[in-house]
Amino acid sequence: MSKKTLIPIGPYHPLQEEPELFKLYCDGEIVKDIKWETGYNHRGIEKLSESKTYEQIFFLVERICGICSTSHPFAFANAVEEIAGIEVTDRTKYIRSIIGELERIHSHLLWVGLAGHFLGYNTVFMWAWKYREPVLDLFEMISGNRNSYAMFKVGGVRRDIEMAKIPVIQKVLDDLKKKADMLTGAVMDDPVIHARIRGVGILTKQDIIDYGAVGPTARASGVAIDVRKDDPYAAYPLVNWKVITAQAGDVFAKAEVRLLEIHESISIIEQCLDGLKKEKEGDIAVKVKEIPEGIGIGRAEAPRGEVFHFVKSDGSNSPVRHKIRAPSYVNIATFKKSCIGQTIADATISLAAVDPCYCCTERMAVAYDLNSGDKIMNANELINVSVRKTNEIRKEIKSQL
Amino acid sequence: MGFKNYCFKKSLWVFHFGGASCNNCDIEILDCLTPRFDLERFGILLVGSIRHADVLLVNGIINHHDKDRLIEVYNQAPKPILVVAIGACGCTGGIFTDSYTFAGPVDKIIPVNAYVPGCPPKPEAIIAGIVKLAGG
Repeated sequence: MSKKTLIPIGPYHPLQEEPELFKLYCDGEIVKDIKWETGYNHRGIEKLSESKTYEQIFFLVERICGICSTSHPFAFANAVEEIAGIEVTDRTKYIRSIIGELERIHSHLLWVGLAGHFLGYNTVFMWAWKYREPVLDLFEMISGNRNSYAMFKVGGVRRDIEMAKIPVIQKVLDDLKKKADMLTGAVMDDPVIHARIRGVGILTKQDIIDYGAVGPTARASGVAIDVRKDDPYAAYPLVNWKVITAQAGDVFAKAEVRLLEIHESISIIEQCLDGLKKEKEGDIAVKVKEIPEGIGIGRAEAPRGEVFHFVKSDGSNSPVRHKIRAPSYVNIATFKKSCIGQTIADATISLAAVDPCYCCTERMAVAYDLNSGDKIMNANELINVSVRKTNEIRKEIKSQL
Repeated sequence: MGFKNYCFKKSLWVFHFGGASCNNCDIEILDCLTPRFDLERFGILLVGSIRHADVLLVNGIINHHDKDRLIEVYNQAPKPILVVAIGACGCTGGIFTDSYTFAGPVDKIIPVNAYVPGCPPKPEAIIAGIVKLAGG
């Protein structure tokens, strides 16, 4: 009789967008089934939103997720501006896109670091997070806060990016370009990383369509969906850029897409800065008198995929219904395809590849269920299993040289 | 110097409990460990188990789903333990105070030794909070 091992991952992982509990059912090394529970992070935001005014909601939706803290206000602004029929100024569009892309850079660097950590490359973790710091400094310079920027409002942005700040941003981007090149090279050329994550956690094009996955997860499987191209908003139609895709659908492809998107984002920001120079300084908001009755739909491309906001207004100063759909929630479902049939060591990175980055400081508690005899492993051990596999591959490659 | 302060004089080991948070405080806590701030030079280390920890960092609001788990984690902690509430949500509930899922700020559930306000607090503030606590 085969003994089934239950491996819970969660519920508390400080790096997840939502604390979730994953249950991996394993037979020996092989993952046979996966289940997940959500709700640990439920804060009742949609209900709270109905009790706040349109101006206040921006601060609320910003706190849905701290890492994508611009994409939610972005989508909400798009939705409300659709109701009110507001056309924002070009300067606003450029500033919004600059903030959105800076956020994408910091989020992707964060992911690269964590993926390195899961594979046993702590150097990558430290490097990527070190290169992320100048981006956070830019946010502090532009908005006054490192993480929640509070830049958006209905009809515009709260703070301008003045002429004097543009060379500073340009300098950080120039430095970042070199570092991103180096990081991309380091990841792409490393034989151990190739051996470790190529062909792991494969999602085919059909899987993506079946599960409705979005963002870099979908783009890594050859599905070129990107709200910035499909439903253009802000300054994205005004600049030249392309959607990055890869065909393989494995973890390596997901890393590749994210790393190349960093370069693409840098190029978008540079073009936006050029556009900003042509616009009149201080022209950052239009006057909004009232939000009329109606419904509005707002979409924005977060670093993890499409963010969707639906707002219904009855003409008062707060919405009667506000529905939010975040990208991680749909991407999680793809675990059914990417993890089952793999070893536990590979499951760690397959789960992380979607970027609901889990397990960094998980509670250590190895417990045995007395009734079923199930051994319960914790996430630290899980990382160790993953690190061990990387080390084995590393040794093997070294011995071949 | 009392025995309790003597215990906290050198390398503090920190356990991080993220409640229903937005992740901002979580990534700022991790930021403290990365090269720019590098908390490990003070011997401060993020550990994976509450049973190894001297300090319990709690951030985010505590909802009804998390409440029992926080109490369980606190009970498992070796005493004396320092509890630090990080961020506006951990200190007061912040923007989520009116939510139907809010089960009270951290200090209503477990005793808290220090508060680090901010949304999110900067890594400098988190370091200052812990150092002040350990020094006093």
